[in-house]
Amino acid sequence: MQSEEHLLVDEQLITVKDPDTGKETDTVLTDIEVPAKPRCLDDEYEMVYHKPKTMVDVSMHYCPGCAHSQFHKLIMEAVDELGIQEQTIGVAPVGCAVFAYDYMNIDMSEAAHGRATATATGIKRLMPDKYVFTYQGDGDLAAIGTAETIHTINRGENIAIFFMNNAVYGMTSGQMAPTSLVGMKTTTSPTGRNVADYGFPIKVSELIAQLPGAFYVTRQAMHNPTAVRKAKKAILNAFKYQKLHKGTCFVEVIGNCPSNWKLTPVEANKFIDESMVKTFPLGDIKLPSTEDLKLLEQEK
Amino acid sequence: METKLMKGNEALAEAAIQAGCDAYFGYPITPQSEVLEYLALEMPKHGRIVLQAESEVASINMVYGAAGAGFRSMTSSSSPGISLMQEGISYIAGAELPCLIVNVNRAGPGLGTIQPGQGDYFQSTKGGGHGDYRLIVLAPSSVQEMADFVFLGFDLADKYRNPVLILSDGAIGQMMEKVTFGKFKPKKIDKPWATTGKTKDRERNYITSLHIQPEKLEIHNRKLVAKYEEIKKNEVRFEEIHTEDAEYIIVAYGLCARICHKAINIAREKGIKVGMLRPITLFPYPSERLHELAETAKSMLTVELNAGQMVEDVRLAVNGKVPVEFYGRMGGMLPNPEEIVEKLENLIHNNHAI
Ligand SMILES: Cc1ncc(C[n+]2csc(CCOP(=O)(O)OP(=O)(O)O)c2C)c(N)n1
Ligand code: SF4
Ligand SMILES: [Mg+2]
Repeated sequence: MQSEEHLLVDEQLITVKDPDTGKETDTVLTDIEVPAKPRCLDDEYEMVYHKPKTMVDVSMHYCPGCAHSQFHKLIMEAVDELGIQEQTIGVAPVGCAVFAYDYMNIDMSEAAHGRATATATGIKRLMPDKYVFTYQGDGDLAAIGTAETIHTINRGENIAIFFMNNAVYGMTSGQMAPTSLVGMKTTTSPTGRNVADYGFPIKVSELIAQLPGAFYVTRQAMHNPTAVRKAKKAILNAFKYQKLHKGTCFVEVIGNCPSNWKLTPVEANKFIDESMVKTFPLGDIKLPSTEDLKLLEQEK
Repeated sequence: METKLMKGNEALAEAAIQAGCDAYFGYPITPQSEVLEYLALEMPKHGRIVLQAESEVASINMVYGAAGAGFRSMTSSSSPGISLMQEGISYIAGAELPCLIVNVNRAGPGLGTIQPGQGDYFQSTKGGGHGDYRLIVLAPSSVQEMADFVFLGFDLADKYRNPVLILSDGAIGQMMEKVTFGKFKPKKIDKPWATTGKTKDRERNYITSLHIQPEKLEIHNRKLVAKYEEIKKNEVRFEEIHTEDAEYIIVAYGLCARICHKAINIAREKGIKVGMLRPITLFPYPSERLHELAETAKSMLTVELNAGQMVEDVRLAVNGKVPVEFYGRMGGMLPNPEEIVEKLENLIHNNHAI
């Protein structure tokens, strides 16, 4: 069913050229014909994709093109595919994703700023057979919550940490984050992040991969279809590996924040490709051993 | 029933096990480290969870997670550590999670000293962290009460979905006394709101203290206020000693109340008609009873191990009916009973009424 909100999304910006003068003007095309029944339900169309069932069907508060919505969706797709909705408990951060529990149709706890992994520790220790994950931004996980991040992973808590690195404090409107790139202009580094005052962007994945408690560490992105597929696989792994009880699974995702980067979503994704991945190279940083993977096969 | 000789902190820890505490998270600090030490050894024997966290900030947020999942959870610390927990406590109160927090109060401010103090009264009873909230605050004055209040604390926490604080002090925590176990049984209740995994037969559960729309937050605030009023109606606890004929009333809690009890005995021998009201719950406060006592008493003396904190609540309760004086020691120093009697006598003689 299409709601009114969805209809709004169907508005199109088109450029009309005057045949006489040749002048181009932008206009919004609003009178799009909406089929009475969504086309996907027509018999002649085959359903090839639908929103994950564990997503709540509401419109999100995220800015258009924001990576958070995509990341949420991939996590919920993984929960769907693994059929673990009943066994999964999520922990939301303080940051733009503070409302994650409005969108994820699973039991969730909203944690204090930076303390998500402590909260998750409390949950997982008492219910070791459940799947527990945190979802955190860079300010949350790598600034105010650094101690919790490191100690949770050092204890090898059997949780998944989903880390959205968008190199800014999104929620508080674009202040410098510990992951902001050198030279990146933010509201608190108006002339660009300078190393003399603030050091280099912190590479959390590389840092925590040093800890024996980290079982699986990977850095992914979501700025193009290939990246999305890889990120999805990493998320699936992070859930699956929890069954082994061998340590923390850490999935960093380089995401955009178009609003605070002052870029369109398309430009923002280009920025990831051209700049972000230079500081934060994508790929696996720590992988389970073949023996561990064999164990996982046996578990099945 | 079993009677043992135990330190206050150990009695409290043992009571936690007997009261069905599922999880304890803590960080070492004198004078309460025995709680973590005792539980580190004993909890695993009962298949329970005990974890030394990286800080008090982490401890309280672990409690938040475990309590949100419906488990009996607790932490303990001493003053500086409790200060660090305040944000988390505010979240717990906002999200209405039941849990038990123990403060073995030491003297401050700052790093202060490891000796006993009551300087955390304001922090404990007026909210402590940010926003409008209250803890149910229990003030033990013996090793026995260190144990008993754990049972009571967990039950009250569950009943009201509210954090409960046991406000003890360095002396009660460290001293050894007889303590009897077996009087109480844990009363565990269902927690259908807990984050245990969304089953098909119910909507998802989420734990949060966030209500971004002011209209909704005010509704939530009102609900909390109504709950605090209910607590005030039902849960006021106090002890009275020789108040029947008392012309003078001493008000003191915790360790101070024990010292004052002795002072009262000495004063009575000298013919001074003095009694004591010992608040057991510091929130809710026994204001009504104090108000009644002010009908017959000539004056009141509040004795505390601080610069004068609870005395404000006594004055509010008495509302100007009789003079309310204050005597306090600080810095980890304790008054001796004779000192309190002298203070009482001076006030009576110099001032007629205190
Ligand atoms: C104790 C505390 N300090 C500061 C804040 C304000 N605050 C809210 S979100 C945030 C930063 C969020 O940035 P990040 O974690 O990167 O998440 P994003 O919004 O970028 O996804 C800050 C500083 C707060 N809520 N609590
Ligand atoms: S501010 Fe940035 S991170 Fe937050 S919703 Fe908007 S685009 Fe996303
Ligand atoms: Mg961010």
